[in-house]
Amino acid sequence: MQTKRLLKDRIASKLMLLLTVSSGLIVFVMAFGLYQRSRPILAIKPLSELLFSTSWHPLRGEFGFFPFIMGTLWVTGVAVAIAIPLCLLTAIYLSEYAHRWVREWTKPLIDLLAGIPSVVYGVWGVLIIVPLIKDYVAPFCGTFSSGYSVLAGGVVLAIMVFPIIIHVSVEVFRSVPYEVREASLALGATKWQTVKHVVMRKALPGVIAAIVLGLSRAFGETMAVLMVAGNVAKVPSSILDPAYPLPALIANNYGEMLSVPLYDSALLLSSLALLLVVLFFNIISRVILIRVERSIQ
Amino acid sequence: MDRRKIEENIFKGLMNASMLIILASLVFILVTIIVRGLPAMNLAMITQTPKGGYYLGKEGGILNAIVGSLYLAGGATLLAILISLPVVLYLNIYSKKGSRLVAFTRFSFDVLWGVPSIVYGAFGFTIMLFFGLRASLLGGIIAVALLVLPIMSRAMDEVIRMVPQELLESSYALGATRLQTAFKVVTRQALPGILTAVLIAFGRGIGDAASVIFTAGFTDYIPYSLLRPAATLPLAIFFQLGTPFPEVQERAYASALILTVIILIISIVSRILITRFTKHIVK
Repeated sequence: MQTKRLLKDRIASKLMLLLTVSSGLIVFVMAFGLYQRSRPILAIKPLSELLFSTSWHPLRGEFGFFPFIMGTLWVTGVAVAIAIPLCLLTAIYLSEYAHRWVREWTKPLIDLLAGIPSVVYGVWGVLIIVPLIKDYVAPFCGTFSSGYSVLAGGVVLAIMVFPIIIHVSVEVFRSVPYEVREASLALGATKWQTVKHVVMRKALPGVIAAIVLGLSRAFGETMAVLMVAGNVAKVPSSILDPAYPLPALIANNYGEMLSVPLYDSALLLSSLALLLVVLFFNIISRVILIRVERSIQ
Repeated sequence: MDRRKIEENIFKGLMNASMLIILASLVFILVTIIVRGLPAMNLAMITQTPKGGYYLGKEGGILNAIVGSLYLAGGATLLAILISLPVVLYLNIYSKKGSRLVAFTRFSFDVLWGVPSIVYGAFGFTIMLFFGLRASLLGGIIAVALLVLPIMSRAMDEVIRMVPQELLESSYALGATRLQTAFKVVTRQALPGILTAVLIAFGRGIGDAASVIFTAGFTDYIPYSLLRPAATLPLAIFFQLGTPFPEVQERAYASALILTVIILIISIVSRILITRFTKHIVK
């Protein structure tokens, strides 16, 4: 009886260790698996052609990712530009000014925003943002737009990254020790001056990490962007032009990719690229956040 | 008035405004989905599978997608529990405090958490090619399980970390093994948090489209085996919205309403669970 219990414990310990190690290795397995599948195209095409050619004709064997890379950058850029000021102001308000009950009431609401599926954001974008741009924004700017545009993608993405940026930056702001604020207030600084010169300076690395996390989320978001960005394989020249971001490209062509040579390889290469870029961003911001956490303890 | 005060007030105004914009966008999204979805709702939507010509505006419903999504998210959640519960228990009970393995595993979950769902879909697709599987419920379950694994593990880790060390020590002092402590004391103590983690993962799984687009396929029938393709709610919304027929697009709005209601129910239930179970926790 005694030994059976101990034996069970020992076996369970080994099994759990195995599971732990293998789940830690998933990232590497994913990168390796995608790399294996994208090797055929990497063997034939030079990387510079894949990255900088604008000619996307899979049937003729031409795979230039440049329009899609630019589409991703435009949409992500617009989203981040909209999200940064709104999220930072909200985060400062929640951590420095708001009553406790306001904080407690907004948290579940922001969690709810994070829980809405991206396809629902897409439907909302199609119903509200796209017509708004077509009927009001574009005529106001004196041009024509179908509404399916960089701007529509950016607005929808911005709302999708609100929760993560707010959540992480509120945590960073609240980790700034209270004594630092008191010292500044005691010198006669107003609350806003304290926030601007003391809290912000202390929290800056963490805030950057929060923004980078939001950015990488926007970078890989697929469904909502696919539904509102227009999907035209051309480099956009204004925010009212349609764009075709990389994730949308991958999702849109799953049907035909096995019937055209190299097509699947090209699409899996672009998912590998997405994975690597997002990993890079995530590793940087997580390292910053760990440092911030340590410097406070 | 003092210039500093003016600046303070301007920024206070801006903060209130941005807070309002963010909360208003949540309300705006929910109201839009309800207002546009309700008129197109009817009983057939949730009780029937698509009949011939459904996507041209003929009779039917999206029962196939509702059931498919529930199967898929349920299967993926189960698979993810089987992996993440042992891992999290190992991190918190078996391994030494502050060991490299613990730090590395936590870090890799944090990083995995940020990987976009389309990449999970693409990776799931390469696994399926490797094993010679076709688009099926099983393929979708694997991809979605990978997607929700970091979400679930991080959430579980956070609650299991909070279990007081004294509780573990008193269990060891009574002669219990680590395994007995893990499953009879720690898991029970952290149960509300674990259930919430499971529900969050289930909600993510049911709402995700990009990871199942390659892996689960789409069909008009309710899957009866793991190797059959399965329809999912998000993809049903996407396909219906993509048709040129207004009456089918109306159904996409109704389907979006169904999905949103499911998500709302999940988040409300998890809140109730937390408040109900925390009563039994030894503090």
